[in-house]
Parts: sequence; structure tokens; C-alpha cells
Amino acid sequence: MGETQSFWQFSTEIVIPRMLEGLGLTVQLMILSGIGGIALGLVVSLCRISQSKLLYIPAAAYVTIFRGTPLLLQILFVYFALPPLLDIRLDAYPAGVLALSMNAAAYLTEIFRAAIQSIDKGQMEAARTLGMGYSLAMRRIILPQTFRRLIPPVVNELAALAKDTSLVSSIALAEMLYITQRLGAKYLRPWEVYAWAAAGYLIIVMGLTATATYLEHQLARRE
Amino acid sequence: MSANPSEKPILRIEDLHKYFGKNQVLKGINLTVNVGEVVAVIGPSGSGKSTLLRCLNYLERPTSGKIFFKDELIGVREHNGKLVPLDEKALNRQRSHIGMVFQRFNLFPHKTALGNVIEAPMTVKGTPKAQAAAAGEKLLARVGLAEKSGEYPGRLSGGQQQRVAIARALAMDPDLMLFDEATSALDPELVGEVLQVMQDLAKEGMTMVVVTHEMGFAKEVANRVVFMDGGVVVEQGKPADVLGNPQHPRTREFLRKVL
Repeated sequence: MGETQSFWQFSTEIVIPRMLEGLGLTVQLMILSGIGGIALGLVVSLCRISQSKLLYIPAAAYVTIFRGTPLLLQILFVYFALPPLLDIRLDAYPAGVLALSMNAAAYLTEIFRAAIQSIDKGQMEAARTLGMGYSLAMRRIILPQTFRRLIPPVVNELAALAKDTSLVSSIALAEMLYITQRLGAKYLRPWEVYAWAAAGYLIIVMGLTATATYLEHQLARRE
Repeated sequence: MSANPSEKPILRIEDLHKYFGKNQVLKGINLTVNVGEVVAVIGPSGSGKSTLLRCLNYLERPTSGKIFFKDELIGVREHNGKLVPLDEKALNRQRSHIGMVFQRFNLFPHKTALGNVIEAPMTVKGTPKAQAAAAGEKLLARVGLAEKSGEYPGRLSGGQQQRVAIARALAMDPDLMLFDEATSALDPELVGEVLQVMQDLAKEGMTMVVVTHEMGFAKEVANRVVFMDGGVVVEQGKPADVLGNPQHPRTREFLRKVL
């Protein structure tokens, strides 16, 4: 172990290469859980606004449970408690993606629901009087109108998700925080490694924000 | 005035009642509309005119009573002597034959004028896009907006938006058109262009039920005027009679206020 490596040397030779590996996994987790959360959140939100009790009661219960318990607990539950309960074996990676997706979906459900309900009800009426069915009208008329107003809250949620991925370090997934934490312990240089980890998360979130701003401009130009 | 209304009923309303909670809005409406007829429904606000119109295409579910459109019950079917709601497909099919124009236009803001007009023909009827677009351009020309087909609703005036909305409803080739205070949300100088389009439609023989505050339109264009108050039809007849020589004191009082 190099006795007195400079900050720069230590960073470039040891911390950054390892951190980038972790950053790759963090971004992967964010993208997969983001897609999973958006897909699941959309389905749950459509159930949530349904007239049918069979759909909206389970949807409401879902949101209550996943917003009402800590994400860390959900991750541990999916990884350690589901296998004996359902007799399945989940690796840390799919378990992490599943827990993160399901948690994000609960928040995204409420975001989608609010956006759908903010569209003037005359839009649905106009579509229905033309002979369009409920789901056709939802797909062609209502949902496309929510896209632009969805971008800010969804980006907010994805930024939270990007940072929440750090919690899967608890099930030994080698994402960015897990790796840097281990390095810090090994070299006893905590402040450098945590500073680089912080920079890593900042880069991800800033990239996300820039993408969102670009998307918003593109959508604005079309109207 | 509409060309030659026939004696053949297209719409038959029998003892229609509607409650919103405990509030009774329609108290037994009986009304028949014949093919090619233009019926103007007038009355004070809160009289139930709009609710009646919205029951006709089942946007509101009647509490009791029957509505027949071309001898077919609207929104429901009889099953063991009881009325049960139709499945969605059957309701969509019925609605596709009844066009509706709203007070607030309700154009789809994310679609161009042409996009609004061709949406339902494409997605409901399955008309190929090129064919729907050709027909849509013609309809927009008919309402005087040929050159606006590529514009989004946000860039059109209220009168233009309402004319696009009329073209959109016509695109499904309806047998009956419902107008729910189609000019009430317009600036006064824009009312004329919309009424003109409605008058042209009437001349071409379209069957129309028009809820309106435009007494001029009722007088000039309608074959029949129906005066509603308090959830009932108080008086109906030829425009000259109802508007010129009303029999009922409530009609007289209303006309005194609006004329």
C-alpha cells in the first residue's frame, strides 16, 4: 500500500477507475428501475383512477404500503424475506432492481394520477362522443397531453431514484457507494473516496436534468 | 330553415328523469325529433337543457326513462324487463352516429386542426390516413378553414376552434348533431361565423338538436322551439308561435328577459 500517495495520484490510480465501475452499475440500476417503475406506476395509476373497486382498492393499498415503509426495509425484504416466503431465489441484482422499481412505482403512480386528472374532463367527453372507447381515448387523447407536464415531477422522482440506488449496497451489490465505501475502509482515506462518490451522483443527476430540459424544449416547440 | 323535415322520428325521448344526488334536474321529458328537423332548446340556466342533451348520447346516465335513437335504445338494452347498460363497444357504435359540439370546444390541443378531424375516423372506423385526410380537408373547407388545417388549436380564434370542432363531429358522418350552447363561450364578434356554419348544416338537411341562447338562430333556423324550465318541457311549437306568441306565463317571462 503506497504510504503517502498524493490526492491526485490516489484518485486517478485507485478511486476513479473503481468508482466508474460502480457508476456504471448505479446508472444501470437507475435506468432499469426507472423503466420498471414508470411501467408499473402507469399501470397502477390507471387502476387507481378506475371506477372498479377491484382495481382501485389494491392500487391504493399498493401506494400506501410502498410509500409508508422505508426503502431499505423493502430492499431487505425482497432479498431476504421473499425467497423463503415464495420459495424462490433472487440474486442481489434482480432483487435490487425489483425493490427499487416497486418503490419508485408507488411515487410515480401518484404523479401519473395527478397528471391524468389535471386534463380537462371535456377532453375525455369529446373523445367518447366521437365513439372512441375509454382505453383508446386514454392512449390517444389523454396520456399524450400529460407528457409535458409530467417531465418535471418524473425527473424529480428519477433523481431521487438515482440516489436511492445507493441503498442496495446493503445487499452487497457493488454499486458506486458500496465500492467507494470499501475503498475508504481499505486505504483509510475516507474523505477522498466519499468526495468522489458524491461527484459521481452529482454527474448522474446533472445528466438527467440536462436530458429533461432538452426534452421539455423539444415538446414545447411542437405546440 | 331546414329543408324538409320528414315525419319519420330519429329520436324519441320517453319520460326521461335525471337526478344528481337528491337534486332532480329532469322531471319527465317527452320529446320526438324527426329526420331532418332542427330543434332549438331554450330556457333559463339550470332548466336542464344541457343535461337533456348530454343524456341523448349517454354522457349522462338517465335515472329513468327511455331514449330511442333510430328505434334503438341509447346506452342500455332491455333484459328480463329491466334496463341494463350496454357494453362499451355497442355504446361507442351508437355514439359514433351522434355528433356533439361543446360550449368549450374541447379540441385536442396536441393535434392540429386536421389531426382533430381525422382522429376518430382513423382510430374508430379504421379509415386509412390518406383517405381520412382527404375527407378531413374537405370538411375543413366546408367550415371555411381550408388554410388552417396544419394549425394547432391554441393558435386559432374561438370561432375557428368551434368550426374545427363541428368539422370533427361531421367527420364521423353522424345522423344527428347535438350543439350544447356552441356559441356561449365566444366573443360576440365571433358568434356569427359559427351560427353561419350551423345554418348551412341545417340547410343541407342535417338533423340537429341545438341548446342555445341565440333567439335569432332559434327563430330563423329551427323548425321547432322547445322551451324548458325547472326540468320539464313547458311549451314547444313553431318558432313563430313559441317566440312570437308564447302561451305559458313562464315562457313569456323568460322571453321578456332575453329579447
